[in-house]
Amino acid sequence: MKHFFLASILAGALALPAYAADYTIIAPANPGGGWDQTARSLQTVMQQEGISGNVQVQNVPGAGGTIGLAQFASQQKGNPNALLVGGYVMVGAILTNNSPVTLKDVTPIARLTGEYEAIVVPAASEIKTMADLVEALKKDPGAVSWAGGSAGGTDHIAVGLIAKAAGVDPTKINYIAYSGGGEALAAILGSQVTAGISGYGEFESQIKAGALRLLAVSSAERIPGIDAPTLKESGVDVVVENWRMIAAAPGLTEEQKAAVEADIEKVAKSDAWQEVLKTKGWQDTYLAGDAFEEQLAKDISATEAVLKDIGLVK
Amino acid sequence: MGTFDFLLQGLMVAAQPMNLLYALIGVTLGTAVGVLPGIGPALTVALLLPVTYQLDPAGSLIMFAGIYYGGMYGGSTTSILLNTPGESASIVTALEGNKMARAGRGGPALATAAIGSFVAGLIATMGLAFVAPYIVKLALVFGPREYFALMVLAFVTVSSAFGDSALRGLTSLFVGLTLAIIGIDQLTGQTRLSFGVPDLLDGIEVTTVAVAMFAIGESLFIAAQGDRGPDRVEAVRGSVWMNAADWARSWKPWLRGTFIGFPIGAMPAGGAEIGTFLSYATEKRLTKHPEEFGNGAIEGVAGPEAANNASAAGTLVPLLTLGLPTTATAAIMLAGFQQFGLQPGPLLFATNPQLVWGLIASLLIANFMLLVLNLPLIGLWVRLLTIPKPWLYAGILLFATLGTIGANPSVFELGMLLAFGLLGYVMRVFGYPIAPVVVGLILGPLAEQQLRRALSISQGDVTVLFTSPIAAVLLVIAALAFLVPLIMRARGRGEVLTQLAASED
Repeated sequence: MKHFFLASILAGALALPAYAADYTIIAPANPGGGWDQTARSLQTVMQQEGISGNVQVQNVPGAGGTIGLAQFASQQKGNPNALLVGGYVMVGAILTNNSPVTLKDVTPIARLTGEYEAIVVPAASEIKTMADLVEALKKDPGAVSWAGGSAGGTDHIAVGLIAKAAGVDPTKINYIAYSGGGEALAAILGSQVTAGISGYGEFESQIKAGALRLLAVSSAERIPGIDAPTLKESGVDVVVENWRMIAAAPGLTEEQKAAVEADIEKVAKSDAWQEVLKTKGWQDTYLAGDAFEEQLAKDISATEAVLKDIGLVK
Repeated sequence: MGTFDFLLQGLMVAAQPMNLLYALIGVTLGTAVGVLPGIGPALTVALLLPVTYQLDPAGSLIMFAGIYYGGMYGGSTTSILLNTPGESASIVTALEGNKMARAGRGGPALATAAIGSFVAGLIATMGLAFVAPYIVKLALVFGPREYFALMVLAFVTVSSAFGDSALRGLTSLFVGLTLAIIGIDQLTGQTRLSFGVPDLLDGIEVTTVAVAMFAIGESLFIAAQGDRGPDRVEAVRGSVWMNAADWARSWKPWLRGTFIGFPIGAMPAGGAEIGTFLSYATEKRLTKHPEEFGNGAIEGVAGPEAANNASAAGTLVPLLTLGLPTTATAAIMLAGFQQFGLQPGPLLFATNPQLVWGLIASLLIANFMLLVLNLPLIGLWVRLLTIPKPWLYAGILLFATLGTIGANPSVFELGMLLAFGLLGYVMRVFGYPIAPVVVGLILGPLAEQQLRRALSISQGDVTVLFTSPIAAVLLVIAALAFLVPLIMRARGRGEVLTQLAASED
């Protein structure tokens, strides 16, 4: 019976909203993923830096973050202490799922981190450079199979953009969606597919061990410490970044919004946060205020265009 | 230095008092969360990640591994006693285990689960230490077509293992397969059968269905019978401990379960459930007491329990050697590694041998702790069953609801729990087996995705499914498993099969 009580208390504690918290951060994904890690890193830094005494993280998983988004927009309206983690994947998911709630229904605060995409092939592959891969793609788009994350996510969008830039019909690409990086990595290592695409961090140790060959990264300029050309240098004019952001609840007053913005800025500028970025291998892409809102609008319309090209959004 | 020296060094690391304490905390927490349906080891490890930021890497990873093993074990207790699987990997345990418990044999059921978990954990951890590199090579050979063939084999063996009527079994299986379609299609991002309900976009949670069908359906069934219920629960009949016959019937399933569970757990798309299904099907086929299957056969507890613990160790093979997380818990452990600036992968064994071998050694210790912790408690656990029936079932309802709400605080989830509970009740009343629904829900999406991936890679060429040697062998075995019973029936030996197939929940 002891376990029973312990378990009930645990369940109760998890089920109840935390009233005593200064901030509640909603991670609209399962524990372990990028959004969850972002939320939990924010939690650690906010508490360490004394920005907030008590921070709770709540996971509301589902449908590329749109379930968490919808719940956040309706339940937290006007609550200045609630935050939501989101990102590029959510932009895509809102479009593909035809979500009734969009990022317009919350208050975007700032972009925080980014990860660039890496394009890899198995070490034994005949493809040596990005140019080889583009050539193969041009010859027969269907014969080049790409392993990456979920359909309509950043990886899928990047492949669509690469095809488009190479002058190949994006609807012809042979994209094999895997849930989570692990399974995709296994498929690439086992030479089940032609090429793989995902965040650089997912492939890092295999590249260093010589099991995978890194063809290109999707950043605008070369990344220090990574020995690979950018897509642009390889003749494919594509820059993709899987960025993550933080948003506040809808219906805040100007003062409330300014207070949240100030707190997030403190986090982003802190040494502890920089340390987190370093250990996780995330790029610092902090951007706030009007500049962020402009960029967000641009990203949304660009994503909509490419998803239409791939045929995922009608 | 050979593997053995490394392991000894690792044992020295793990035997440090602080690390022993972390292991103890881990297994205790793990057992507690494993007991509660819905709240699994993944969530617990995630909650603890920020706490362990201050600890040293070895200590916190040892604790996480303890939680993982403990969670795998804890799920079996509620499966056996309350018919409420805490984890999807203990669903099969509920089938025979709960029947045993209700026949007063809860003690031996819990004991065979505990000792089986220990034996499997021990062998599999040694396997992790000695054959990890080879297992990984084998696992990478498995592409979509090989996985698809494995799923076909699982479908055939499983659908013939559950239930006495093939038609009813298949009906249940297809109910599960239909439920599995609901949600966003993994490969194209299109929604299917979600009727515009956002809560359905991610599909239906397996533990919700399992808890609803087993626990809620059962409670409704018992309540509907009122006092006329024939199956009076007998808390203890005979000894609480395993007798000689129990031992004799358990040790082979333990070993078979281990050898089924470990390689499947090590496969990137394997997971713990498939191993438990295959182990159950194997035991049912090989048993000398077929009449007991469905009425509480100890083999049906021993095999799957060994398989699920062995697969937990198997999961660590791709995590440590390739940096591949294959379960949610493994994914969070990977995040834990990264938190300390460690990247699991082919280089980890070379760059951080103390840490890796410390972790492996602490698994051995955690395993031993679990046994010491749980065996003496069995006598206490089985007393749960002496609670008067109305109280017991009210408790089960409360417990199942709390667990579901705790995992996902949503009214919709609760509604689904009740709806599937009603479905479970109706299926029980009309004699349809429950387990195939859950099997279909778990294996359906895997089989579909792998088939479509295989065909997508081959650009629609169907022959690719048979041209790989591994896939071909698996499919031939599946075909034999399907055809041999048919031929036996046709030659007038059907009555043998009827005897073989025992009734099941």
